[in-house]
Amino acid sequence: MLTKRIIACLDVRDGRVVKGIQFVDIIDAGDPAELAHRHAAAGADEIVLLDITATHEGRGTLIDTVKRTAASLFVPFTVGGGIRSAEDAALVFNAGADKVSINSSAIARPELIGEIGSSFGAQAVIVAIDARRAVNSVDPVGEAEVYVSGGRKATGLRVIDWAREAEQRGAGEILLTSMNTDGMRNGFDCELTALVSAAVQIPVIASGGAGSAAHFADVFSRGRADAALAASIFHFGVTDSRALKAELQRAGVPVRLPC
Amino acid sequence: MIAVIDYKAGNLTSVVRALKYLGAETQVTQDPEVVRAASKIVLPGVGHFQATQLLTDLGITEAVRDSVAQGAWFLGVCVGLQWLFEGSTEAPNIAGLGHFRGLCERFPATYKGTDLKSPHVGWNSLDTVRENSKLLRDVTPGGFVYYTHSWRAPVVQATASVTNYGGAFTGVVEQDNVMGVQFHPEKSSAVGLQVLKNFVEL
Repeated sequence: MLTKRIIACLDVRDGRVVKGIQFVDIIDAGDPAELAHRHAAAGADEIVLLDITATHEGRGTLIDTVKRTAASLFVPFTVGGGIRSAEDAALVFNAGADKVSINSSAIARPELIGEIGSSFGAQAVIVAIDARRAVNSVDPVGEAEVYVSGGRKATGLRVIDWAREAEQRGAGEILLTSMNTDGMRNGFDCELTALVSAAVQIPVIASGGAGSAAHFADVFSRGRADAALAASIFHFGVTDSRALKAELQRAGVPVRLPC
Repeated sequence: MIAVIDYKAGNLTSVVRALKYLGAETQVTQDPEVVRAASKIVLPGVGHFQATQLLTDLGITEAVRDSVAQGAWFLGVCVGLQWLFEGSTEAPNIAGLGHFRGLCERFPATYKGTDLKSPHVGWNSLDTVRENSKLLRDVTPGGFVYYTHSWRAPVVQATASVTNYGGAFTGVVEQDNVMGVQFHPEKSSAVGLQVLKNFVEL
């Protein structure tokens, strides 16, 4: 049976893992390669490394960090942040990434999705969407808007429209982060995730707001997510993927256990 | 020495990395003569079936046919497994090796009345494991492996393991010295490394 994936996300700045609370407060949490291996050993189904400073400070992706991390990591490994061209993506793939995650650069030039996909396959392209509910609208979820540049800039695009376009252009997966719930540990945005999941055929990874196993169970059922991503919940020893999965299994969610 | 065929498939480096991690000596090659001389051949692959046209253009299809006939061990990964069949509806004008009968087809849009997401991405179980399989030595039914694909090979007599997603498909095929895995062993943690180790130790 196809299982729901638990993805450990490492937000990296200046070669160190950090985790923002609603994209702002930053806490140092360790070495990316070491943490990636620790997460994989603890049962994470997949590792994502996001260079959170890349876009607005013009930093290149941390190729050395990617190489070091990929050297003996035998689960899928995604890298995002600062990938603006198929050439940037090629550098990251050659360093050992299996997938790239693109966000602002795909909004700026949607052709990039197809360009990377045609060279490395659609499965290698994740389009990351930072979404904020349209709180003043009568339909805050349906009208939720795409933000770029680490959540600093509104685009005027509806999340659901952009998700569909990304799929049409050849994205392999959507990584949907709710800026309303991110870092709050109060649960994922299940309504928004369900809306996007129903709108596209490709898998949707839910992100933002993980605080407990119940939150994951919720986003897999009510939110119709195919995978869920968490960062801060794991870093400080709150729990690990294996413990999380054991709880999810008890709740009836199909997970990769033993792992 | 394992010849790893380079036909610009995306996962070549990660397959090589995993084989080296297991202590295997590898040679990445586009040369049909290297393939003919190899005792073991790995055909990685991810992406479009169309890419396998290059194998014929390079003369590698014939080299693989010769090697396999002389008993060389062959392992195809992902599209590399699909290529062992007669072809794929993904690129109807391209012939596969035709070592196994049948055509690879796309996952259906619906299965038993419900929508089926495609591509099939994630960790799924090997629901059966053929007892005498060399490639699946020490792999137990229910073991999880990582898949990412939109086309799949049918279940045939040589199928050594099936996975279910929108019905059963071939997860592992094995007939004597010719083997293939639809999943990515290089990304399938302990189970995947066991499969690669079994191949390396043949």
